[in-house]
This record gives sequence, structure tokens and C-alpha cells, in this order.
Amino acid sequence: MTDIQFKVAKTVREAASLMAAAKGKGRILAGGTDLLVQMKAGMVTPGTIIDVKKIPEMVGITETKGSYRIGAATPAAVIGEHKKLRKAWPGVVEAINLIGSTQVQGRASAGGNLCNASPAADSVPALVAAGAIVTIQGPKTRRQVPVEKFNAGPGKTTLKAGEIVVSLTLPARPKTSGDAYLRLIPRTEMDIAVVGVGVSLTMKGDTCVSARVGLGAVAPTVLLVEAAAKALTGSKLDAKALDDAANACSAACRPIDDKRGTIRYRTKIAGVLLRLATAIAADRAKGISRPAHSQQGH
Amino acid sequence: MSKSQYKWIGTRPDRPDGADKVTGRARFAADFNLPGQLIGKVLRSPHAHARIKSIDTSKALALPGVKAVVTAKDFPEQADVIVPAGEMQVNLRDVTRNVMAREKVLYEGHAVAAVAATTDAIAKQALGLIKVEYQVLPHVIDVAEAMKPGAPLLHENLMTEGAKPAATKPSNIAKRIEFAKGDIDAGFAQAEVVIERDYTTQPVHQGYIEPHAALASASEDGQVQVWSTTQGHFQVRGFCARLLNIETSQIRVTPSEIGGGFGGKTVVYLEPLAIRLSQKAGKPVKMVMSREDVFRASGPAPGADLKVKIGAMKDGRIVAAECTIAMQAGAFPGSPVGPACMCSYACYDIDNIHVVGFDVVSNRPKVAAYRAPGAPISAFAVESTIDLLAQQLKMDPIELRLKNAATKGTKTHYGVTFGTIGMVETLNAAKNSPHYKTPVKPGFARGVAAGFWFNVGADSSAAAHVGEDGSVTVISGNPDIGGSRASLALMAAEELGIDYDKIRPVIADTASIGFNFVTGGSRVTFATGLAVVNSVRDLIRDLKGRAAKTWNVDPEGVIWENGMAKPAGSNVGTFEPLTIAQLAASAGRTGGPINGHAQLNVTGAGPGFGVHIVDLKVDADTGIVTVGRYTAAQDVGTAIHPSYVEGQLQGGAVQGIGWALNEEYIYNGQGKLANPGFLDYRIPVASDLPMIETVLVEVPNPTHPYGVRGVGEVPIVPPLAAVANAVARATNVRMYDLPISPPRLSAALDAAQPRMAAE
Ligand SMILES: Cc1cc2nc3c(=O)[nH]c(=O)nc-3n(C[C@H](O)[C@H](O)[C@H](O)COP(=O)(O)OP(=O)(O)OC[C@H]3O[C@@H](n4cnc5c(N)ncnc54)[C@H](O)[C@@H]3O)c2cc1C
Repeated sequence: MTDIQFKVAKTVREAASLMAAAKGKGRILAGGTDLLVQMKAGMVTPGTIIDVKKIPEMVGITETKGSYRIGAATPAAVIGEHKKLRKAWPGVVEAINLIGSTQVQGRASAGGNLCNASPAADSVPALVAAGAIVTIQGPKTRRQVPVEKFNAGPGKTTLKAGEIVVSLTLPARPKTSGDAYLRLIPRTEMDIAVVGVGVSLTMKGDTCVSARVGLGAVAPTVLLVEAAAKALTGSKLDAKALDDAANACSAACRPIDDKRGTIRYRTKIAGVLLRLATAIAADRAKGISRPAHSQQGH
Repeated sequence: MSKSQYKWIGTRPDRPDGADKVTGRARFAADFNLPGQLIGKVLRSPHAHARIKSIDTSKALALPGVKAVVTAKDFPEQADVIVPAGEMQVNLRDVTRNVMAREKVLYEGHAVAAVAATTDAIAKQALGLIKVEYQVLPHVIDVAEAMKPGAPLLHENLMTEGAKPAATKPSNIAKRIEFAKGDIDAGFAQAEVVIERDYTTQPVHQGYIEPHAALASASEDGQVQVWSTTQGHFQVRGFCARLLNIETSQIRVTPSEIGGGFGGKTVVYLEPLAIRLSQKAGKPVKMVMSREDVFRASGPAPGADLKVKIGAMKDGRIVAAECTIAMQAGAFPGSPVGPACMCSYACYDIDNIHVVGFDVVSNRPKVAAYRAPGAPISAFAVESTIDLLAQQLKMDPIELRLKNAATKGTKTHYGVTFGTIGMVETLNAAKNSPHYKTPVKPGFARGVAAGFWFNVGADSSAAAHVGEDGSVTVISGNPDIGGSRASLALMAAEELGIDYDKIRPVIADTASIGFNFVTGGSRVTFATGLAVVNSVRDLIRDLKGRAAKTWNVDPEGVIWENGMAKPAGSNVGTFEPLTIAQLAASAGRTGGPINGHAQLNVTGAGPGFGVHIVDLKVDADTGIVTVGRYTAAQDVGTAIHPSYVEGQLQGGAVQGIGWALNEEYIYNGQGKLANPGFLDYRIPVASDLPMIETVLVEVPNPTHPYGVRGVGEVPIVPPLAAVANAVARATNVRMYDLPISPPRLSAALDAAQPRMAAE
């Protein structure tokens, strides 16, 4: 019989030390909406579970000069209720708020979504488009990495032994910026993205002066599609720029045929969603308010 | 028959089981526990097809905490005999092999051994210690492949029953059946328009929210008690008695509240294992399936390959109709291809019909009943083809169906001649519905389809007991899966002339009421309803006798009215009426307890017809279908409790929409199921669909005192074709293969684009 230790960490340092002490058998518990499901299915059997929800630095949102720091274990519902964050990063917030259902939102965190390392995680393409920075605490040191460099493959992160994610930082950006996230799921909720696209733009009049595109569920990790960003940057988001960016997204896809979609379908939808998400992000950058779209087709 | 003639029937009181269900007090099968119980778990086959060379359970038995292990050796061989299982027929020789594999495993998830241990964790660990040596065999998943010569054979001695010419070699085709009427060749020769198409449908799971679960306790003296989730505890008793060689009187089965069944809980999986484990261990044994087990080893409804050919005159009159259905049975023979063949053209009055069906085994779990077994599958192909005919003839789809509708006196191709039926009334109700009269919104398209189901009667027993205070317990023996307790209580209240609240309907265990056939075939409100009505009439006879005794008059001199005994006329004498409470209070002086009972084999089930209308739109870029409006019209006989009748129509429609749009079993190259969970086996979620509108058409069934027809199955028959027909009209691309999932529809739309541009 295997016994599971349950620890509640009070500080980030303590959590990292507990992780190090667990010698690879430790698991951080944020909302638990992935971890508990995986334990029930017998996919993971942790030796020690370390709850991080009592660590102030890891739950909550702070703003410094237009930059937002989101504690890794902050529940999605709390993020959705943060008016200023919602205004500054509507795409990131809508992506986080797409996770699960009302019940799941009360627990699920962006840190958990990232560390679970699913290629189809909803918040990650939006975070990649936003240029989010991940703050990581080890037993001794702290480090930061861009979010697109964080994951290594399905279920695999680049965290080293004893390291945990503390927070996600969204950079300050010009007022004339906007972002959007769209995913395609066969149903209207309680489903996993077949493709997810995050787009973040800064506009100067009708011209796009900078862009970032994140693409999920089409490769082993969420991708930063630089070719798509390049096609949009400097353009007036005209038909050719959109065609080029959509094609770049389709070209970046390295999907698999599986129970959730075919290669052909995923490749096509990546382009379809790029166009739609770009249009929403551009409107938001111009101050035209657009309702959060849960997904395409409904 | 107008509703106003009744006081209770047609009203909508709260269901007797409602409060317990919304407060969480209701006990489902996994909520039952006994002191000292063990946990039972099943070892399942990792292979789609393999010979079992040996099973070594010694290490598992040696693990501390393990109290018993069973394999096929613990179950006696069974004779080759067919017995009913819900609306389907099963062979006991196969049932014992499905419950526990013998010579071979025939699908991934097939049970090979079971253990009982003191804890869940020990039981799990014990499964890992059982050593099974397999010789892996080539497998076959698809029907078309399974029918080919040279396909891997599941049963080496299976000869096609009914083959023409007679089979000389074994194959995976268990049976060929045929139904014919008129002269099919002459019919097609006369036809001015002929349409012929091929279709496929995928298997779908019933998707009940409560997984199978059972608790069994075997005593040293041979008695056995079982608590389980089932649509028929008498069938659980019957199966376990046969499979374990125990007399029925020694087995007492108590059904739990049931979290859905839809036909899938008319067979046994865990109960015989739990009993045998309990007998061996000497302790109660509890077993609960995981959702993955449910998907891998229970249910589903079959998929099928179909060909339909319809010949018609230019005015829309159908003169010839053919249909060939090759249906998946799963690992053992016995798909619902029979009812699929019979229902195919039952909505219509056609002179020349020829229908052929094949029952085909493959390396999938054995299929089980699912609402109107087989009928949605043939209706998908037939109703799609009729829609093609409507498009070609430029006729309104309801008008075309009205032109061919079956009516009283129509002789079906399976031999029955219809009595009073409501197909025409239902078509007219659909035509006159608010939905059909509203123009289709821009961007949307409308689809229509019809469907039929026989409904059944069969055996029922019921009793009605009067308590000391005059309140009444109505006892029957059918698990309530659709609000039947409310309907039974309403009929009892109507008969007795007392308030619905004064009646408590209960579902008794197998030792506490006479035999009842399963809750299935949409039979409970009809057949068990009749048993309840008869038991209450028996009770009233008793009550009148008590009043007669009290007044010292002839029993014939007493009538029963508004819950009271009254003198039949002034010639009998002048007596104050006696209420049921007064009669109950004086029962000790007039003959003791006042009870009524009834048991009968019910015939004369009224068939049902449904017509569904759907408005939907298709996103051309993604292939996502959005249902905007949906209406289900159905001939429901008399709606005893209209809310629960509407609920049946809505639930059936939603399940049918899921079948049409997203539900499918996805197998990998090794014959393993890739989507054994609700995340990737996509049933609709609430936000996917609008409120389903209903139109209740009341054409009373003349054989039932309140005109009841079964209503639970018809509503799953039309949706598959209704959705496909609307998609075809929305996109000009017809989907002949289900499900119409976004990747498939998107691919079909893209494939059609250059073609359409060229046209
Ligand atoms: C019903 C349901 C619906 C869902 N729907 C969606 C959906 O629509 N979209 C979607 O993307 N996901 C969905 N999910 C998955 C899940 O809810 C999300 O991934 C969620 O964001 C996980 O967050 P959590 O806080 O619950 O993570 P947890 O389960 O607590 O953790 C997830 C993993 O990350 C590790 N971890 C967590 N925090 C840290 C940290 N700070 N440092 C290091 N490791 C850490 C854990 O040890 C664990 O391995 C759904 C899950 C359920 C049960």
C-alpha cells in the first residue's frame, strides 16, 4: 500500500523545499482539477501532495505600472472578476475563463493549466500571444522564462527537480492594443480544444505595429507562430496579410489524427480561427468592444 | 376523450421520488453498503480477440486481504437456449461467456476474472497478480469487414441461420432475416422515380449517468440477496438463477433508484460475479463499474451498414421499397436487426416491400437494448431517402409523408395489421405546429423525419393496500426510469377517487410482489398501469363489500364514487356514505386488512408514431452544426402526467441529436476503444441545444382503460434523419454516414466545393 503525504506550504520557499524533499514523487496541488482526475484514473500516484493555495504570493493579482502579475494558483473565477485585468488583457482572461464550467472555474488556475502541459490547454495560447513571463522558484534560486519556452511536450514541463511556478507576468503595453482567444470544440462547453488560437496586436490607426500569435492543440506544445505575427505586423490587416497569417498558422501545425480531430481538420481550422481572432483583437485595440466569444460556430 | 372527464389524469403533480432525488437522499446502487462487505473488481481483457491459454490466480489468492477469486470455471456451462432480455433475445450459452470469458476473449474489456478483497486498493493490486496467458488472434471491428470471406472468425462454429442457400461454412453472419409484402419487382417496374443510397451508422452508448453497480450477500443456508441498478430485478433474479444454478426463490433482488438505463440495464454484468464471489468469500461483495468499464464492456446500441431503394410515382405515392441492413451484434449474436427491419417502413402504407437483415458479430462489446432498439438506424436510412424523394419531386416533406401514411387497417410488411393509430394525426399536428408554421430563419434550414415503435405489454403484477388511516400504498415491481411512479399513482387516484397525495407508490423487491417483466418497451405506464388499475378495482370491490357488511346490504347494492361507498339507490336504504378512512378504521370488524391485487399478461400495446422538425445552421468554415429550434410531435395515447411525457420526448430527441452529430466509438488499430469516457464520447451538453418543443397528440389506445400508449422510445427514432435532412438542405451536401461531426462535415463540404463551383 502506498501512503500519500499531504502538506500545506505557507511560503514559496517552503513549497519548493518540500518538492525537492519529495525526490520526484512530489506534486503541487493548485485547484486539483487535473491532478485529482489523474490520480483517480491511476495515471499519477504522488508520494507527497503540496497545497500552494495558502501562499499569498501564489493567489492574487497585482498591478505595477501597467504590468500584471497573476499568482500561479489564483482561481480562474477570481481572474474573471478582476475588472482592470479584464480590460487590459481581455483575450487572456477569456481564455482562462473558458476552462471547464462554473464549478471548475472556482478552482482551476492558470498555473495548473500551464504545468499540466497539455498541448490543448486553453490559457496557454493566449499567454503566449500576450508574451507572458513565467516566474519559477527552485529550492535555492528564482528564474524567469517566456511562457512559450516553458513546456517540453505533452505532460512535460522544463521545471527542474524542486522547482515550482510562482506567477505569470503580463507585460505593460500601449493602450491601442488588444488580444483575443478562440478555440474550436465540437460541443459548446465541457470539451477540449481541437485547435486554439491567441492573437495579441498593437495598432497605430489602421496599421498593426506589432503582433504575437499563439497556437494550441496542433503540436506537442503550444506554439509561438512568428511567421503569422510577421505577416500581420506592418499590414492594415488586409486580405493578403490575413491569408498569409492564416497560411502560416496552418503551416506551423504538426498535429496528429486522433479522437478529437483529423490532421486535415486541425490544419484548416488553425487558419480559420487566426482570421477570426485577429479581427476581434483588432477591434479591441481600436476600442470597439467585442463580446467574449466562447468559440467559433455558436 | 377530453381531459376534463378526469380529475387526476392529465395533471402535473410532483413526482413521489422527486424530493429524495433533489436532496440527495435517494439511494442509487453504489450507495448500498453492508457491514463487513468486500470490494469486488474485474480483470478485463487487454486484447480485442485472443484465446485464453491459461489463468493463474494463485498469486492473487495469496495476497493478504484477498478473500475470493472467480473465473469462468466457477460458472456452469449453459445450454444453447434463447431467453428474452428486455426487448432483445439472448442465448444463455453466450450470456455466461459475456459475463466471464471462457475459451476466448472477444473484445477489449471482456471480463476474464474477478476478485473480492477487503479494500479497493488490495482488490486492484490482486488484479495485477492474476496471470493470464493469451494467444492473440486477428480481430475485426467493422461489419463490412466481418462479413467478408476470410475475416477472422469469432465463433468457429457459427453457421448463418436463415441463409439462402443454406450456409455450408462458418462465418460471422449469425442470421439472415427477410420480410416481404407484395411484388417488389413489379413495384419498381411501375415506379416513375427510383432512389437508391447506402448509409452507415455508428454504435452509440446509452450513456446513463449511473454506472452499473451491485451488492450481493450470500448466506450459508443458500439464500442470496442482491441490490443493484437495473431495469428489471426479476430479470436479474432469473439470469442469476440460471447462470449460478440457484432456485429463484432463494434469490431476492432489490432494485436501487436508477440513474438512467435506456435499455442498457436489462442484462446482467456484475450481479452473477458478485454473488459467486460472496458465496466463495462468505461475506457481502460490492462491485461498481468505472465509466471506462461501462464503455468498454456494456451496452452499446449497434452500428449498421444499410442500403435503401425507394420507387415512387411522380405524385409522391411510394410503390416499392427495399432495405438491406447489416447490423453489429457485438461479440455474440443478437443485434436488434429484427425490429430494425420491421420498423423500417412501418410509418407507411406501401404495397410492395422487401427488407433483408443480417446479424453480424465482431470484436466489440455485445450490444444491448437502447430505446426502440434498431429503429433509429433503419429510420435514418429510410427517412433520409424519403427526404431525397421529397427534394426530387419538389414536395413538402410532410405532405409527401401524409400521402403515404399508415392508417387503421394498413397491413405492415412484418404481418401485423394496424388498429387505431395516430400517424396521420401526428403528421398533421407537426404541420400545424407553431414551429412548422414559422418561416425558417435566414441562414438556417429545416429538416423533418418520422419514426415508429411497436411498444410492448407483457407480464405485470400489482397490489394496493389500505392503511389503518385510509391512505393507500400502491405496490408494483418495475424500476421507475421515467416518472412511472407518478403515473401509476395518478391512475390509482383516478380510480379510487382520492387525492394523489393519499397514495404512495412503491417498487417492491422480487420477494414482495409477483413477477414483472422489465422496465422496457415503453410498457410500464401501459401494462403495469393496467395491473395497478386492476388491483385498485379489486380493492374497490373489497371496500364495497365492507360497506355492504356495515350496512347489512348486498354488495351489489353499493357503489364507489369520489372515494366513498354509497348506496346504489334509494331501494337499498338510506345510509351516510362511508369514506375509505372510515372503512379502514372499521376493517377489523368487517373482515380484516383491505387489499387488492392483480396480475396479468398484457396485450394490445398501442404502437406510437413521432414526427420531428429541426431548424439548424451549418458553419461552412468549421462544419459545426447549431440547432436553433426543435419540435417533437408524437401520438402519445393519453398523457397521464404530461410533464413526464414531454420529458420523454425531449430526452429521446436529445439522445437522437447526439447520435446524429457527435457520438461514436473510436477504435485504434489494435481494436482498443480510444474514447471510453464522456470527454471524448460526446453526448450533447445542455448548452448545445435549445429547449425541445413538444406537441402531444392524444389518440387513445382503445385497449387501455385510460388510453395509454408507450411513449418512451418513439422519440429517439426520428432525430437522426431529421438532423441529416436539415444538414442536406442547409448545405446541399447530404451526409450518408453518421455522425455528422465537425471534421467529417467540414471535409464533405470542402470536397463538394469544387464540384459545386463547376456546376
Ligand atoms: C470538467 C473539467 C473540464 C475542464 N475543461 C478544461 C478546458 O475547457 N480547458 C482546459 O484547458 N482545461 C480544462 N480542464 C483541465 C483543468 O481544469 C485545467 O488544466 C486547469 O487549469 C488546471 O488547474 P488546476 O489549478 O486545477 O491544476 P492542478 O490540477 O492543481 O494541477 C495541474 C498539474 O500542474 C501541477 N501544478 C499546478 N500548479 C503548479 C505550480 N504552481 N507549479 C508546479 N506545478 C504545478 C500539478 O502538480 C498538476 O500536475 C478541465 C478539467 C475538468 C475536470
